[in-house]
Amino acid sequence: MNVLKKVVLALALPAVLFGAWWVLSAGSESYYSPPLSKILAAFRTTWTPTQLEAEVLPSLLRLFAGFALAALIGVGAGVAIGLNRRLRAVMEPVLEFFRAIPPPVLVPVIMLFAGIGDTMKVIVIVFGCIWPILLNTVEGVRAVDSVVLDTARSYGVNGTARITRVVLPSASPQIAAGLRQALSIAIILMVISEMFAASNGLGFTIVQFQRSFAIPEMWSGIILLGLLGFVLSLLFRLAERRALRWYEGLRAAQRSS
Amino acid sequence: MTTARRGNPAGDTVLLGVAGLAGLLLIIELMPRLGLVDERFLPPASRIMAALAEEAASGAFWTALSDTLVAWALGLAIAVAAGVLAGLVIGSVPALRALTASTVEFLRPIPSVALIPLAVLLYGTDLGSTLLLVCYAAFWQVLVQVLYGVADVDPVAFETARSFRFSAWARIRHVLWPTALPYVFTGVRLAASVALVLAITAELVIGSPGLGKEIAVAQASEAVPTMYALIVVTGVLGVLINLLARTGERRLLAWHQSVRGEVSA
Amino acid sequence: MLEVKGLRKVYQSGSREVEALRDLTFTVENGDLVCLVGPSGCGKTTLLRCLAGLLAPTAGDVRVDGKAVDGPPEGMAVVFQEYGRSLFPWMNVRDNVELPLKQKKVPKRRRQELIEQSLDAVGLTGSAAAYPWQLSGGMQQRVAIARAVAYEPRTLLMDEPFAAVDAQTRADLEDLVRELWKRLGVTILFVTHDIDESVYLGQRVVMLSSSPTVVQDELLIDLPADRDQLTTRADPRFIALRTRVYEQIQAAKKNAER
Repeated sequence: MNVLKKVVLALALPAVLFGAWWVLSAGSESYYSPPLSKILAAFRTTWTPTQLEAEVLPSLLRLFAGFALAALIGVGAGVAIGLNRRLRAVMEPVLEFFRAIPPPVLVPVIMLFAGIGDTMKVIVIVFGCIWPILLNTVEGVRAVDSVVLDTARSYGVNGTARITRVVLPSASPQIAAGLRQALSIAIILMVISEMFAASNGLGFTIVQFQRSFAIPEMWSGIILLGLLGFVLSLLFRLAERRALRWYEGLRAAQRSS
Repeated sequence: MTTARRGNPAGDTVLLGVAGLAGLLLIIELMPRLGLVDERFLPPASRIMAALAEEAASGAFWTALSDTLVAWALGLAIAVAAGVLAGLVIGSVPALRALTASTVEFLRPIPSVALIPLAVLLYGTDLGSTLLLVCYAAFWQVLVQVLYGVADVDPVAFETARSFRFSAWARIRHVLWPTALPYVFTGVRLAASVALVLAITAELVIGSPGLGKEIAVAQASEAVPTMYALIVVTGVLGVLINLLARTGERRLLAWHQSVRGEVSA
Repeated sequence: MLEVKGLRKVYQSGSREVEALRDLTFTVENGDLVCLVGPSGCGKTTLLRCLAGLLAPTAGDVRVDGKAVDGPPEGMAVVFQEYGRSLFPWMNVRDNVELPLKQKKVPKRRRQELIEQSLDAVGLTGSAAAYPWQLSGGMQQRVAIARAVAYEPRTLLMDEPFAAVDAQTRADLEDLVRELWKRLGVTILFVTHDIDESVYLGQRVVMLSSSPTVVQDELLIDLPADRDQLTTRADPRFIALRTRVYEQIQAAKKNAER
């Protein structure tokens, strides 16, 4: 009963909005907002499995490569900087500056170095989304509880174990927040780098549709991109909730006390 | 080493930070000069500075800068107004909150750049294109924070207000709004950064007037030092906006018992 | 054996100097249970951090079994006051107890044994898979004690371990400490601000002055080895001893005010 109610509540508004769009656009003569039925039809013919494999898969591969690299470098450097007070003082303004640069302006810069191939796009994604990961890791590492560190020291938890078993888990909620921000930046950069210069990919295809005035197809691309963003953030949330179950529990316990 | 540690830590940090920035400039100066990177790709810092000075002397730069700032401010204002209004209305009616939750969760992660082609079709390369993207991206930041804020209202405070027969308006004015205010500020701060990023992105990709377009032009005409100079300007702008928003938040909330930590979600 | 000689600790913040410990000298014999008691804010925690090798003293030295302490010494375990922060919330009870043993390179079989025995000893046999934050405060402190016991220390430092638990739980935990001490024969240094607790637990009580701290007095607790919350606390001898300690602490406070 409760679950049913939740499902109904969750689906009600989307259904109404969708229905409204369908009805309002049904007789649309407007060039720019074709009937939803037409868009959906275009969706079916445009995003066939072969098409998905040819256009969306390369995009996703670049996205994951860039995101994974950024996570690896960002967390690694973040731990080093977070554990060293002087290094942190030296690096902080520089990092704040790099974070403040709107990531898409990196595209023309990196095109100079790496041309317009896959390497360029991966580097753009790494450069753009590393900063929130790095800065959040630094913050998280810096905020590790002093009692936790004392405990680790007095029980001889040193070296690698100190980092992998104590520092990283303790900073992990903050790192996850950084990764989450980075993921949405990575999606944006994936699309933009393809809009600039590419021969395949989701961003490239959508711009092609727009330039050739294939409006229903363009709309279908926007919808696909939206779905992609939604699904990726959903997957991230699930992974996060699994990995940080202890943190949710801890917070709930602290709230109720 | 011990003497430095014993010195004034705040002054120390500033000094080390300045040293870090100076180090960055030195690296950018030396790498191309020593031939470690191609000078056509990364000009020395001094050349970038020279280009920056040149830009500062030209009227076009200032026009572009003001175009970007106008788009940023206008978009941010619209997004904040809409976000706060929608947040308060949705947040204070439980049924609405339950109904909209899934929709908000669905619409929020849609990358704003997905709207670029649509913006181009609707507004071409006008200010409107930039505004559409800025408003869309900044709106969610504000809305989500306001929703958190409204959810944070102490039920006991609300019950108290009801037991004293406060009107609905008075409940919003005296209970809901003060609780939500710190969250609103957090939302505005986050939205301010996002709005700048989107303003410059839109200009860069669509070609609407502003700094982003100037970067695209510099790239197309292979004026590499100018391109770097403009990128530095966007970075400085970002730092300034961040700083401004943070100090503003702290100032305006000094009265509040706790300048809250950000809700990370 | 734990020897403290002429221990002094001065904190430096900017150009300001704060003397926390002035001159401390005392000894804890092997197998003894000594309570350190002092007025609030008398630098107990600073002292304990120096003993545990977590803080370098400004002058004087600490020796454990004859070896000077210049880092966390081998064979010493610490139970911190803030159990909620000292147990790692991302590990369950078993992993919390096991991690230090892994660091000590104890073989897996022996680790399992030690974990089971220690959890058993503190009465938490069924809670190995629970996370610390799922347990009550008293149970969390039991986990911290189990972790210390499993580590098989020769010296156990306890820093106001029961300051944050309720009175009834506290009585149970005090009896647990006495029982473990008798069974394992470890040397225990127990820091507390509770005068009754120090007399009830200790074989000896070392009283500290207000900050900057010196040793105010020492007192042998000649109560029978078998103690229980009802009879011991009603024993006239107990009352006499606790009055002695109380007077010394009051005197220490007055000295500080003058």
